[in-house]
Amino acid sequence: MAVLKVAAVVLVTIVLLGGIAIPLAASPQSFFEFPVIPGLEEKARNIFFHVPVAWTTVVAFLVSMVYGILYLRTKKIDYDIISVSSAGLGFIFCFLATITGALWAKFNWGSFWNWDPRETSIFVLLLIYGAYFALRSALDTEEKRATLSAAYSIVAGLTVPFFIFVLPRLVSGLHPGSGGDIDGSGPVVEFKMSANMLVFFFMGLAGFNLLYVWILNLRVRTMRLEYAQSHEQS
Amino acid sequence: MDLCDVSALTSTYALLSKDFRSELRTRYAVNALIMFVVTAVSVIVFALRSEQPDSGVLAGMFWVVVFFTAMSGLSRAFVSEEERGTVLTLQLVATPSVVYFGKLLFNTVLTVSMVLAVTALYMVVFSGFVIRSPDIFFLTVLLGSLGLASASTIIAAIIAKANTRGTLYPVLSFPVLIVLLMTVMSATGKALDGEPFASAGADFMVLLSYIMVMTGGSYLLFDFIWKD
Amino acid sequence: MTPFTVRGTNLGKTFNRKVIFREVSFELGRTSSLAITGRNGSGKSTLVKIIAGLLSPSAGSVAIEDGGQILDESRQREHLGLVSPYLQLYDEFTALENIEILSRIRGIKTLERDHVQSLLTTFSLWDRRNDALRVYSSGMKQRLKYVFALVHRPTVLILDEPTSNLDSEGVESVKHVVRDQKSRGIMIIATNEAQEAKWCDEALHLG
Repeated sequence: MAVLKVAAVVLVTIVLLGGIAIPLAASPQSFFEFPVIPGLEEKARNIFFHVPVAWTTVVAFLVSMVYGILYLRTKKIDYDIISVSSAGLGFIFCFLATITGALWAKFNWGSFWNWDPRETSIFVLLLIYGAYFALRSALDTEEKRATLSAAYSIVAGLTVPFFIFVLPRLVSGLHPGSGGDIDGSGPVVEFKMSANMLVFFFMGLAGFNLLYVWILNLRVRTMRLEYAQSHEQS
Repeated sequence: MDLCDVSALTSTYALLSKDFRSELRTRYAVNALIMFVVTAVSVIVFALRSEQPDSGVLAGMFWVVVFFTAMSGLSRAFVSEEERGTVLTLQLVATPSVVYFGKLLFNTVLTVSMVLAVTALYMVVFSGFVIRSPDIFFLTVLLGSLGLASASTIIAAIIAKANTRGTLYPVLSFPVLIVLLMTVMSATGKALDGEPFASAGADFMVLLSYIMVMTGGSYLLFDFIWKD
Repeated sequence: MTPFTVRGTNLGKTFNRKVIFREVSFELGRTSSLAITGRNGSGKSTLVKIIAGLLSPSAGSVAIEDGGQILDESRQREHLGLVSPYLQLYDEFTALENIEILSRIRGIKTLERDHVQSLLTTFSLWDRRNDALRVYSSGMKQRLKYVFALVHRPTVLILDEPTSNLDSEGVESVKHVVRDQKSRGIMIIATNEAQEAKWCDEALHLG
């Protein structure tokens, strides 16, 4: 666990510093220069934060859903604890992804929100998280909360594949890599990033995911303690 | 549920017919749906004054009215049982599958009727609402209603057990229904514009897979939701 | 008649971290009768629901066997009859309609008219069979619950507070039903009243 924490801190710090500080150059000479990507230029730096965070929120949702399924099958309340902790984290990451996305959209395409398929997807995920917690707060007993929110996350999870695969093909979008992308500057999909950018990118991906795992671990342990404590009192 | 199991079919049909007979006597759901449709369309007409919107807007507005009407009436299938305390009775006499399919079929009939009613109203009220490709339109209505009923039924089962049912229903349903709504709005727009049937092929594929995924998933989940 | 067993093994139920009861076990065969006693809130109705398959236990299990074979959930229903204050019937339908509709939902395609008539008559409801339940008194509703519980001739009859809302005539009918059930099947009664508990041969105390 300690290794994970150190790794998370180190990676995220490097990415934060490098992502923001390393200058762009027309033809990069050293490791500490990023190439200029047509259409994005300086704004490309967002890639180190926006994509990992968006990725992590989806991972958090999947984790929450999987533990929800496990709860339904075994009725062990611990699974519900993990499920709700992951959902809470996912919610926060989803906000971050939406905000970093909206900022990028403003600088890149002129307006904060355009209803491009990926933007719509992240918004829907935000709504799903919101609905999940609204449902939980409307249920009295622990068993009902766990069962029904697990059921809802599964129902919502069933629609996620439609977003990922179907919608972008139906509706053209602005995101790099989707249908309406004019310049073809899809840095992730087509790996237009240079080797050193890729290094930072994957460090960001790993770093944010490890951060997620670390905080999840903390939350789960806290909730388990709270649960045990109230159990003793009753 | 064994689909060849005749007694399960008898049970499901009996539950469906019970809901219809009850509806005939009390007319709760039908009244709510009719009043809501009329009110919603009236509000839109007043808001637009004499403006006649184009086909894209009309297609969108059509499904907005359908969505909110569904939200006002489809949760009754389960909420009425909870409110009257007959949940225990149903659990005693019927298997979860029978309850699920019975309620799903009931909601499907309600939804199809409601969508057809909205169609009729729109044709009367909005001069721009001309169905130039009826093949696209009616298939969209059918598939859209099936998908809507399927998702709405399982969410209704979930919220029936919660406290603040009224507001929770649309909040939970909307994210799950967005895919469906975007697809039917696009297909309906094509139907109003007179596009050829093939242009909506992708939309129909999405709708069909949505219906299968939703119904299949709901059926598997229902046991856990229904039984305490 | 094949041997029929209802067996509860180490049943426990917890709600919201509060233990209602734990380690409850029993085994009943034909002609056995069990009284579940305990003060209000001790979990009698909860245990009844678990035995009837309406609630899952937090621990332990209930097994219902017909001729040595364990019945799965879908087959258990036809052998169980339940009368409970938590059971409600449909207000907008008449007594007869309720019985018909619920039997059909149970999967019984043709109703035995004579049997239904005799049950309704036993519980003095035959004359009111075409009245909507909306106009029934609580005593009449309770009596109809008995008709509903008995119409499919269940092997296991479970009564939760058997005589609530009943007058002396109703109580007599119930006693008759209990005697009859004990002779052929399994009788389970959950009650506060010592008198009613005496109708059963075995007892289980909760709380």
